[in-house]
Amino acid sequence: MKKTIKGKAFVVGNDIDTDQIIPAEHLVYSLDDPEERRFYGRYSLSGVPEKESGLPHGGIPFTEPDKFKSEFKVIIGGKNFGCGSSREHAPFSIQEAGAEAVVATGYARIFYRNAVDGGFIIPYESHDDLVGNISTGDEVEIDGELNIIKNLTTGKSYPLKKLGDVIDIVEAGGIFKYAAKHGMI
Amino acid sequence: MTLTEKILARAAGRTHVNAGETVWVNVDILMTHDVCGPPTIGIFKREFGEDARVWDKNKVVIIPDHYIFTNDKYANRNIDILRAFAADQDLPHYYDVGTERYKGVCHVAMPEEGFTRPGDVLFGTDSHTCTAGAFGQFATGIGNTDAGFILGTGKLWVKVPETMKFIFEGEIPPYIMAKDLILQIIGDIGVDGATYRAMEFAGDGVMRMDMEGRMTLTNMVIEGGGKNGVIEPDKVTFDYVRQRTDYDFTPLYNDPNAKYHSVRRYKSADLQPMVAKPHSPDNKATVTEVRGTRLTRAYIGSCTGGKITDFEAAAKIIKGHQVGVETYVVPATTLVREQLKTTYFDGETLWNIFVQAGAHMGEASCAACLGGPSDTFGRLQSEEICISTTNRNFPGRMGSKKAQVYLASPYTVAASAITGKITDPREYLPVEENVSAGGAS
Repeated sequence: MKKTIKGKAFVVGNDIDTDQIIPAEHLVYSLDDPEERRFYGRYSLSGVPEKESGLPHGGIPFTEPDKFKSEFKVIIGGKNFGCGSSREHAPFSIQEAGAEAVVATGYARIFYRNAVDGGFIIPYESHDDLVGNISTGDEVEIDGELNIIKNLTTGKSYPLKKLGDVIDIVEAGGIFKYAAKHGMI
Repeated sequence: MTLTEKILARAAGRTHVNAGETVWVNVDILMTHDVCGPPTIGIFKREFGEDARVWDKNKVVIIPDHYIFTNDKYANRNIDILRAFAADQDLPHYYDVGTERYKGVCHVAMPEEGFTRPGDVLFGTDSHTCTAGAFGQFATGIGNTDAGFILGTGKLWVKVPETMKFIFEGEIPPYIMAKDLILQIIGDIGVDGATYRAMEFAGDGVMRMDMEGRMTLTNMVIEGGGKNGVIEPDKVTFDYVRQRTDYDFTPLYNDPNAKYHSVRRYKSADLQPMVAKPHSPDNKATVTEVRGTRLTRAYIGSCTGGKITDFEAAAKIIKGHQVGVETYVVPATTLVREQLKTTYFDGETLWNIFVQAGAHMGEASCAACLGGPSDTFGRLQSEEICISTTNRNFPGRMGSKKAQVYLASPYTVAASAITGKITDPREYLPVEENVSAGGAS
């Protein structure tokens, strides 16, 4: 597990469901094939309505239409991030785009579990709603040991919740690595 | 302990578990489909080896249902991957596309085939796997990694959820369907109101429902953020299951001193026909409040609203009328599609009632409920305003981000299909159906 994650933030609102994270029409690509899997990066968060994509102003795509990688490293969201379908393609697409963490006030259960068990991204929870405190494009830094996120653009810091029960799986890098470490498989 | 706690305790080999504990459980059935099956198989092979065998071939059920009737080459390749894996692993419970075994929507096919059983633990790579909780079992959706882990080990970790109990007191009025109950609940608690929790449905209003009505309730617990939905099994449950399988199940029930997160009571007689407005399942309104809203399309189908009883309800309203907007009828499974042709209302088959009304009739599958490839039957391609018996109305869910979707019961969707505006089903139901419980019958 990476202790420090630093880069540009991409900000969205509440209840970002998995159809917005990766619209169902794109779920046909192979997740293994190196050529095809890149499309998950291209279409990651492409279902977010335009005016809510890249807050506060909107109109910013997470990944530029002709690219496979996003310039954003951390996604900032509100409550219930990742609700809806159980598609693991959702956290996978965020990782494939090049982002490493999501910071939201809360998660839908299956998305959170998929992010952790698949070892795709780290789903941090913030105490405060950061959607109004961080703007898309701000440079942020997550310190996974001190459990804080700093907005380097504004100079302000915000506390994150400890990862809790799942920290062992996050640190191992997913459920398979965790199970292997504990002699379960 | 609650019913959910007792099922998880037994599956973990424990006499007792507490809500909030993490336990490893033995899995009775793992279900997957064409969207999440291929990546699950990929993970299984990557982690356990190309030659690895699944932990128990009798406990793996593969039901392709999402992208079936499409020319999308990648979608069709996914079916090829499932077919090859089922053959290689000699899996008895694979329902191949293009054969007589093909079923359609997994959550409706699972009970038909006897895979939903009281007391069991079921995991599936689809969020609506929670539907099976109607049979008094623990059932929830998981991702590909967890499913790949189960394929190799037959086990998974699970955090024991607290239970929110929803009690419906008194007989449900005849113009109200299970869909109205669950839309009311989700509107009351919000789309994250049950996150990490079980939702249990109880009371005589629920227990008088048939299995399909109960399945509509548990199907949509995920839209309230719930981990699983559950209903205590009874004679209705046992009769349904025993007609479909010889499997030796042992039912479990809530202890009298079970502790609940919360208990919410509803008077059934007060219920109103409900909708969820765009773009969230908790954006509730009564039909009365949105009556007259202009529509361009109606859709009847999916694991939520594509069962035979859903079509019986819709046909009862539509018979003798023409639809006023494009109306799509998509039976959940091939069995439901057959039943449309053998089930009669007022001297006519349901199939003919819909055809004569001018509806478009589809093949059994998930179809446009989740949009899908661009050539998907009934998909919303642009600025349509659709009323639908499905389960989600998030932006772009049924195809286009420009579309708007209202969720409603089969009664309400059928009545609205006729007028082209959101319409109260009481305007079209036969007179006796309009009389509330306790009135003349």
